[in-house]
Amino acid sequence: MFDRQAVMQEQDLAPPVALPMLSPEARRRQLKEKLIAWVITAVAFSGIAALVLILVFVAKEALTLVTDTAAREEASFSKMFLPQMVRKGKPLAYVWQPVSNVPKVSMIPLFIGTLKTTAVSMLVAVPLGIFGALFAAEFAPRRLREILKPTIELLAGIPSVVLGFFALMVMASFLQETFGFTSRLNAVVAGLGLALAIVPVIFTVTEDALTAVPRSYREASLALGATPWETAWKVVLPAAAPGILAACVLGFGRAIGETMIVLMASGNAAITSANLGDSVRSLSATIAAEMGEVVVGSPHYALLFFIGVELFIFTFVLNMLASIWTKKVIQRLKGGAG
Amino acid sequence: MKHATRRVVGLSLVSLTGLAAFVIVAMLALVLLDVVQGGASHISWKFLTESPTDGMMGGGIFPALFGTAALTLLMTVAVMPVGVLTAVYLHEYAPPDGKLARLVRVAVANLAGVPSIVFGLFGLGFFILFVGKGLDRALGYEELHWAQPGILWASLTLAVLTLPVVIVSTEEALRAVPLDHRTASLALGATQSQTLARVVLPGALPGILTGAVLAISRGAGEVAPILFTGAAYFLPDLPSSLNSQFMHLGYHTYVLATQSPDVEATRPLLYATVMVLLLLTFALNLVAVLIRTRTRRKAASGH
Repeated sequence: MFDRQAVMQEQDLAPPVALPMLSPEARRRQLKEKLIAWVITAVAFSGIAALVLILVFVAKEALTLVTDTAAREEASFSKMFLPQMVRKGKPLAYVWQPVSNVPKVSMIPLFIGTLKTTAVSMLVAVPLGIFGALFAAEFAPRRLREILKPTIELLAGIPSVVLGFFALMVMASFLQETFGFTSRLNAVVAGLGLALAIVPVIFTVTEDALTAVPRSYREASLALGATPWETAWKVVLPAAAPGILAACVLGFGRAIGETMIVLMASGNAAITSANLGDSVRSLSATIAAEMGEVVVGSPHYALLFFIGVELFIFTFVLNMLASIWTKKVIQRLKGGAG
Repeated sequence: MKHATRRVVGLSLVSLTGLAAFVIVAMLALVLLDVVQGGASHISWKFLTESPTDGMMGGGIFPALFGTAALTLLMTVAVMPVGVLTAVYLHEYAPPDGKLARLVRVAVANLAGVPSIVFGLFGLGFFILFVGKGLDRALGYEELHWAQPGILWASLTLAVLTLPVVIVSTEEALRAVPLDHRTASLALGATQSQTLARVVLPGALPGILTGAVLAISRGAGEVAPILFTGAAYFLPDLPSSLNSQFMHLGYHTYVLATQSPDVEATRPLLYATVMVLLLLTFALNLVAVLIRTRTRRKAASGH
C-alpha cells in the first residue's frame, strides 16, 4: 500500500537499497489494491455530483425563461419582481396568477407568503429550541437529559406530511376558535406547524454547541463564585453563540424549504398583505401544487423550476453560513481551552 | 446583585428553560395522543390488507403500504453501497486534510439542506426527462416507457435525498472502530482492502445498519420528492414493474386530508393511515436507537 520509491526518496540519508523483485502474485495484488482505492475514490464523487446535478438539471428546465422569446415575454424578470398593471384603472399590484388569459407572474406574493410562515415558525421555535437546549445541557439532571434528548429526536422523526395533517385537522380549528381568524388556514397555522418541524433542528444543534463548551469554562466560572445560572447565561451561552446562530440559520433554511406542512395548512392563496391571519402561498407549496397540471416546456413550467432554483440558492447560502459559524465555535473553543 | 435577587433570577431562568423543554415534549405528546385517539379504533387486519373502496371513502390501505415498502426497499438498495463507500473514502482512504475529502464533506452537508421539493424537481428534470428520455430513445420505445413517473425514478430520487444520512452515520461507525484493529490487521500482512472488508466493515456493521434504518425511516415519510416522480392518487393494481406508478402512505395521507369530497366520512380512514405511517417511522427509529445503544454499551465494556 505504500509507494516504495516515494518512501525511499523521502529518506535521503538511508543507503540505497535494491528493490526486491515482486512476485507476479504480489504485483497482481498491488494492482488490485490500486483499483479498489480508485473505485472508492470515484464513488466518493457521488455527493458532489448529486449537488451539481441538482442545480444543473433544475436550472436547465428553467432556462426557457431566458432562451424562449415567448416565455421571455410572458415571464420577464420585471414582471416577476416589479408591480404590474392588473386591471385598467387600478393601481399597480403584485399578483401571482400564472394560469389565466393574461398570466400574472409576480413572485412577490410567494416571497411574502414564505416569509410570513417562516417568521411565525421562527418566533416560536427559536426561543423554545434554545431554552430547551439550555435546560437539557445545563440544568437538567442526567437522568432527565437522557430521556429528553431521544424524545425530541423522535419529534424530528415525524414525517412532515403528518405534521401538516395535524396542523390542518387539529390546530387550524383550535386556532380559529381561539383567535377568530376569518380564514381557517392561514400563515399562523402553517407557521405553528412548521415550528413543530424546526424545533428539533434548533434544539439538537444548539445542544451540541452548548455541550462542546469545555468543562473548564464552567469550573472557572463557578470557582469565581458565579451561580450555575450565571455560568450558563453569561459564560456558556456566549461561548456557544456562533453555534446557536448556526442552529437558527439551519432552522430558517428548513422552514423556507419545507413543503408539505405549508401546502396543507396555509390555505394556498397568493395574497399580498401584512396580516398573519390571511391565507398565504409559499414558494415551495406553489411548486408542489402547480407542477401536476402544468404543460411541460411552457413558461409556467419553467417558472416553477425557477422557483426551485431560488429555493436551492437560498438554502445553499444559509447552509454555508451555518457551517462557517459552527466551525468558528469549534476553533474558538479549541483556542480558548488550550 | 443581592443574594436574594440572584436566587430569584436564577430560579426563574431555570424554570423558564425547563418550561421550554416541557412545551416541546408536550407538543410531541399532543400530536401522538391525537393520532392514536383518532386512529387506533379503525386499525384492523382488514384495514391493512384491503384496497381502498368507494372512491377512497372505505376499505384499507394495502396498496399504499406495499408501495411504500417497495419504494424504500429500492431506495435502500441504491443508497447503501454509494453512501457506505463514500464514507469509507472519507474515513479510510482520503489523505488527512485532503482537498477532495473536504469538498465531499461540504457537498454532503449542503445536500442535506436542499429542500425536499427541489429533490422532486430534480427527479423530474434529471431522472424522468433526461435519463428516462435517453433510455427510451436508446432502447427504441415508441411510446413513453421510462420517460414517465415510476417507482424506480422515485426511489432513486429518495436515494439522493437520504445519501447524507447514510454517509454521516457510516462515518461515525467507522470512527468507532479502534485504530488498533486496523494496525493489527495490516501488521499481520493484510492489504488495506482486506483489512477494510474483514476487520473495519464488520466492526462498523451495527453503525452502518443504524444509518440504513434512519435512511429508511426518513425515506418512508417524505412526500414532496415523490409528488411528480411516481406517486399515484389511486391505482387498481399493485406496481408490477420498475416503471409503474405506486400508492404511498404519505401521499395517501395528503390526498385524504386535502382532496376528500367528504372530510367527516374519511376522517377515521385518514387518522388510521397517519397512525400506521407514524408507527412505521417510530418503529424504525426505535430500532436505530436500540442498535446504537447496544453497540455503545458493547464498545464501553470491551475496552
